[in-house]
Amino acid sequence: MLGLNKKDTSLLLIVAVLTLLAPFILNPFPEGSAMAQFNAGYPDLMQRFVIFGIFAIGFNILFGLTGYLSFGHAAFLGVGSYAAVWMFKLISYNVIPAILLSVVVAGLFSLLIGFISLRRSGIYFSILTLAFAQMSFALAYSVLSNPKFNLTNGETGLQVYADDPQWFHRANAPDLPHLFGVSMRSTYTMDVGGWSFDFNAGYYLCAVIMMVVFYLAIRIFRSPFGMMLRAVKSNQQRMNYTGLNSRPYTLAAFVISGMYAGLAGGLMAAMDPLAGAERMQWTASGEVVLMTILGGTGTLIGPVLGAGFIKYFENIFSKINDNVLHSWFAFLPDGMEDFMVFIIHPFIGKGWHLTLGLLFMLVVIFLPGGLVEGGQKLLNWVRGKRKDKKTSGKTEPAE
Amino acid sequence: MGILEVKGVNKRFGGLQALGDVNLSVKENSVHAIIGPNGAGKSTLLNCLVGKLIPDTGSVMFDGQSVLGRAPFEINQMGISRVFQTPEIFGELTVMENMMIPIFAKRDGAFRMHAYETVQNEKQIVEAAEEMLEEMNMADKRDMNSASLSRGDKRRLEIGMCLSQQPRLLLLDEPTAGMARADTNNTIDLLKQIRDERDITIAIIEHDMHVVFSLADRITVLAQGTPLVEDSPENIRGNPKVREAYLGESA
Repeated sequence: MLGLNKKDTSLLLIVAVLTLLAPFILNPFPEGSAMAQFNAGYPDLMQRFVIFGIFAIGFNILFGLTGYLSFGHAAFLGVGSYAAVWMFKLISYNVIPAILLSVVVAGLFSLLIGFISLRRSGIYFSILTLAFAQMSFALAYSVLSNPKFNLTNGETGLQVYADDPQWFHRANAPDLPHLFGVSMRSTYTMDVGGWSFDFNAGYYLCAVIMMVVFYLAIRIFRSPFGMMLRAVKSNQQRMNYTGLNSRPYTLAAFVISGMYAGLAGGLMAAMDPLAGAERMQWTASGEVVLMTILGGTGTLIGPVLGAGFIKYFENIFSKINDNVLHSWFAFLPDGMEDFMVFIIHPFIGKGWHLTLGLLFMLVVIFLPGGLVEGGQKLLNWVRGKRKDKKTSGKTEPAE
Repeated sequence: MGILEVKGVNKRFGGLQALGDVNLSVKENSVHAIIGPNGAGKSTLLNCLVGKLIPDTGSVMFDGQSVLGRAPFEINQMGISRVFQTPEIFGELTVMENMMIPIFAKRDGAFRMHAYETVQNEKQIVEAAEEMLEEMNMADKRDMNSASLSRGDKRRLEIGMCLSQQPRLLLLDEPTAGMARADTNNTIDLLKQIRDERDITIAIIEHDMHVVFSLADRITVLAQGTPLVEDSPENIRGNPKVREAYLGESA
């Protein structure tokens, strides 16, 4: 289907089903139950899942295929956000021009940075991209926000004000980002028994876009171009002596992944019309590296899983506080209860990074292929067990 | 006039004269061996031919065109393929993918943005790669990860990758270095087969006299960066100067 082989088609279908049914899948616990705090099916978080999924899919095209580790991809995300908000300010709240411009601007910006950074490889390349990203952050945070020339609105963040031109804004269109009149914030809530499921327009826009770019990523992975990118990672010397110029290949991969990042940034602004410089900071660049490695570098689905995993932790684990812990351990004697809370306290709430760090270490040490490798091992183990049962079942009668 | 003409090439690394006034002419469709003791400048000369190094003075002409100042990939596109001392292959890719990449490079040039096609749908290239694997007796290893091949198979694969581009000149840098006798003999047989069956010029740098004398039509002896003598294998064998400079150690 769509020029994919059977395995890739089923992968695409699985992703499609999971993203479309996410409002159900992520809300397994009834409203009001003790476990409801582990529900992730609210629009804000679901949007973040897919947006960071897009970001990580794009990053993986560069890092997973060519092995060039960029530490500055958040800069493209930030640039995309700024471009989108400017479109809201100047044109209208329709998200289509905003998203298109964010991709184009991020593409051009990554062409410039990639052209310079790709003169070096390995750690020098990483440092160059990091330097560029931090320069972009500084530009956005202070330099490009002065009274004479205010492109980014500095610390406050770029947002839409009532006196902005919005030349094509129609009176009957919503005063928030919308897709031809459908507001990104409009949500239909379905109540079934104790459960409540949110279907949000913004989320579904992001989900459809993610499926499209996921499909494009599969095509790139299976194309001759993708094979050349893996050749870059494998042996550049052989590549050059085989008549291939590795520079344009890496640059093309860099620009493609920059455009994915810009798209993610544009979608972020489309969900919430605000762009701040902190989106470009190096911690944000590091986060996408973590997502990709955690999920499985160079695999198709890995980065999406990694993005979901980290965003889930960030939003759900960080919400658990001491009161919640006390209620969990209420069945213990008082001293024991306080002791357990004391032990777990550093790993929850603001300390969720600690838990994430530990998990990251475990994954890197025991599952270098990321969550995808873990899944495969589990699958093989289950299959092996089933086989054992079958063979042992066959041998029994002989005895 | 040979297909490869090296004239007056000098290369100096700091105080070391690696190559001094090297002249070399490789005739089309011949096997030309370059031998010499360690440090004679064989590898430096080879690197000057493929664009890795640029000589300080002199000229290197391939088929009437200068190769100096061109990048390795451009020189390859002119029709020169290089086999390395330790096999350089795409270790993380399968044997089949390894074989397809040079064929893509031959067809599409140094860069093409074919990001929306599918590798498996490139019928011509798949066929050409399969044919070459057949010829290299590696068809059964088609889907193996190339890093897990034996040393001898890696060498075969690398030679096959170079041949799949139908180069006019094949450069071999000590193709049997570090190989067991059996592997060495297999490689010699393979190279003989290539020499006899294809319109190809081979320039080979080698340490192993057995390899050189069983393959070469012409031999150039390099000593301390300068060609000592160039002659047919029979005459080289009997040449006292060569014995003194090179064979003397072992013979």
